[in-house]
Amino acid sequence: MNAVLQYAVQGLAAGSFYALAALGLAIIFGVLGVVNFAHGAFYMLGAVTAAVLLDTLGLTLWWSLLAVPVLMFVFGVVVERLFVQWLLRLDPLYNFLLTFGLTLVLVELVKQKYGVSGLPYKPPGILQGRAELAGVVLPRYQLFVFLFSVAICVLVWLLMTRTRVGMIVRASTEKPELTRALGVNVGRWVTPVFGFGVALAGLAGVLAAPFRAITADMGNNFAIILFAVVVIGGLGSIVGAVVAGFLVGLVEAFGQAYAPTFAQILIFVLMALIILVRPAGLFGREEATR
Amino acid sequence: MKSMHIRAGAAAMTGALLLGACGGGPGASGGDFTGGKLVLAVLNDQSGVYKDASGPGSVKAVKMAVADYKKKYGDAAVVDDIEVTSADHQNKPDIANTKAQELYERKGADIILDVPTSSAALAVATQAKNHHKLFIDVSAATTQLTGARCNKYTFQWAYDTYMLANGTGTTVTENGDKNWQLIYPDYEFGQDMTKSFTKAIKGAGGTVQGAIPTPFPNDNFATFLTKAGSTKPDVIGTMQAGGDLINMVKQFNASGLKEKGIDLAVGLMLITDIHSLGVDQFAGTMFTDPWYWNMDKETRAWADRFQHETGTRPSFEHAGNYSAALQYLEAVQRAKTDKADAVVGELAGKKTNDVFLHNGEIRAKDHLVIHDTYLARVKKPSQVKEDWDYEDIVTTIPAAKAFPTAEESGCSM
Repeated sequence: MNAVLQYAVQGLAAGSFYALAALGLAIIFGVLGVVNFAHGAFYMLGAVTAAVLLDTLGLTLWWSLLAVPVLMFVFGVVVERLFVQWLLRLDPLYNFLLTFGLTLVLVELVKQKYGVSGLPYKPPGILQGRAELAGVVLPRYQLFVFLFSVAICVLVWLLMTRTRVGMIVRASTEKPELTRALGVNVGRWVTPVFGFGVALAGLAGVLAAPFRAITADMGNNFAIILFAVVVIGGLGSIVGAVVAGFLVGLVEAFGQAYAPTFAQILIFVLMALIILVRPAGLFGREEATR
Repeated sequence: MKSMHIRAGAAAMTGALLLGACGGGPGASGGDFTGGKLVLAVLNDQSGVYKDASGPGSVKAVKMAVADYKKKYGDAAVVDDIEVTSADHQNKPDIANTKAQELYERKGADIILDVPTSSAALAVATQAKNHHKLFIDVSAATTQLTGARCNKYTFQWAYDTYMLANGTGTTVTENGDKNWQLIYPDYEFGQDMTKSFTKAIKGAGGTVQGAIPTPFPNDNFATFLTKAGSTKPDVIGTMQAGGDLINMVKQFNASGLKEKGIDLAVGLMLITDIHSLGVDQFAGTMFTDPWYWNMDKETRAWADRFQHETGTRPSFEHAGNYSAALQYLEAVQRAKTDKADAVVGELAGKKTNDVFLHNGEIRAKDHLVIHDTYLARVKKPSQVKEDWDYEDIVTTIPAAKAFPTAEESGCSM
């Protein structure tokens, strides 16, 4: 029982990274219709930026959690203005290829600048060590990652449901034509939404910095699983992305515990099964796939 | 009369063409060197995961060996024109295979050096055998290179999986950590290492409670670690390398296993790994090292030169490439030719010492280079006196005990 609980928390902690990043991916896809292949690279940039800020300016994790998303938002806006916007009217494949190319460029630039063996990162002392909860001993950092990402997901959810901006974003995610027909200027929100999605990927990267290897390649494998998450949750579904993120984390953890050889394959088996039963994903609507 | 001239001319031309196709006769400098020069090629990872550990630094190290050779022999050198070239194999066996052909056939390489990634090194070994040219492996660890798939033209210079497993597995078990859990990436290197470790641990009287395969690459080891810790082993042995090793160590440190008295032993670790993760994260970790830059005055002096050239301290792979190139050049000097068979004859069986090889012997029977190796422990941050000062040498493992015997390696040429 103890072990099962431990695996569950580890799964939820791993799922936190997926949920945060997938949330950004889903929002971008919803509003812009862009399958942002560079999301893994933005996650990597978030972690690398946190490491560089710690090394050069001595900014600790707490400050990075604030500063990096802001920097990544600006970076996202620049990328959207410079590149993505010109391809929005064309077939989605063009932006998919663009972001794929962007990934290669970003990964290579980081390799040139910081090498391939990775950057060091020291988490704040308070997050080191273990906490005991109901007889289960858990690393504090994993608990923190889980609680923090749940808080962010709730915040984003409030933003989406309680504010005018959020409602517009949701409306244009789910029924873009209808939203336009009602006189809402969807185009105005395209750039900030892209920046926001990139910021969320960067935030996931900052959270990963103390716990994972900070290398130029860290986003490559991550991006692939991220796409499985979004497909499982339903393309364009914001709730779906979050739920599927945690679900995939749990599948990964229990897979690692009981069938280690198949841990990663299990995620894709789950994806295949869900597509088979619900082609639009867990929370996707049929029309979203059309 | 005229037609005879033409015929003679044609014959001469044909002869010249044939000679050209065969790689030419005696070279311009008059010595017995193909094309009048000696070409050393470094084939390794210039852009991927092994770039920092070997990569461009190894090319520099080979150039340092050439400079030292020229300085030592001056006018007495049997060859003046020595070229060092390099190519990127991106750790892919198919690319390594084509690059090796290109280097041997078109770039006139007399020797290929380095070649990390076992599958890529095995491909190059086959090309060396087919072309009758030399290949000295420095960075690839598979025992097959000088074992089941050995050949006359292939040498293994720095280390192999047997030596890593034997050093760490045996010594750590003998020091009291009897019960092991192994975690390994599920591909050739990981499986090979796990076999070697299991053998070494059992040989030293320990037990392996479990061996857990993981995906490769992988960034989440939390659950694997919990599972490994559940049987309460004395030590967890990880065969992860590069970025995966860093993921593993960060998550091991967060898991609390260390505080429960469970040690971490690492199958393959390079000084670049310690440098990138920070010495505090690795403190106390045990591993086998073929060479360390700060072992003695001589290694330190060489490391100073290397740092002057590249800006970083050398890994054992850098030093290994320097040593391999230097001993090759010495063998060429003795053979007075670049003809592979003559140079192999000079290398095989040679006992030697240099900055990398301590009590070294280029074993004639399987072309495995045996030398003293070291069990190292990562220092505590408080013990570190300067940048890159990361390792304490715990024990020296003498050459004869560090590597498999010629009978064990199972090579027949």
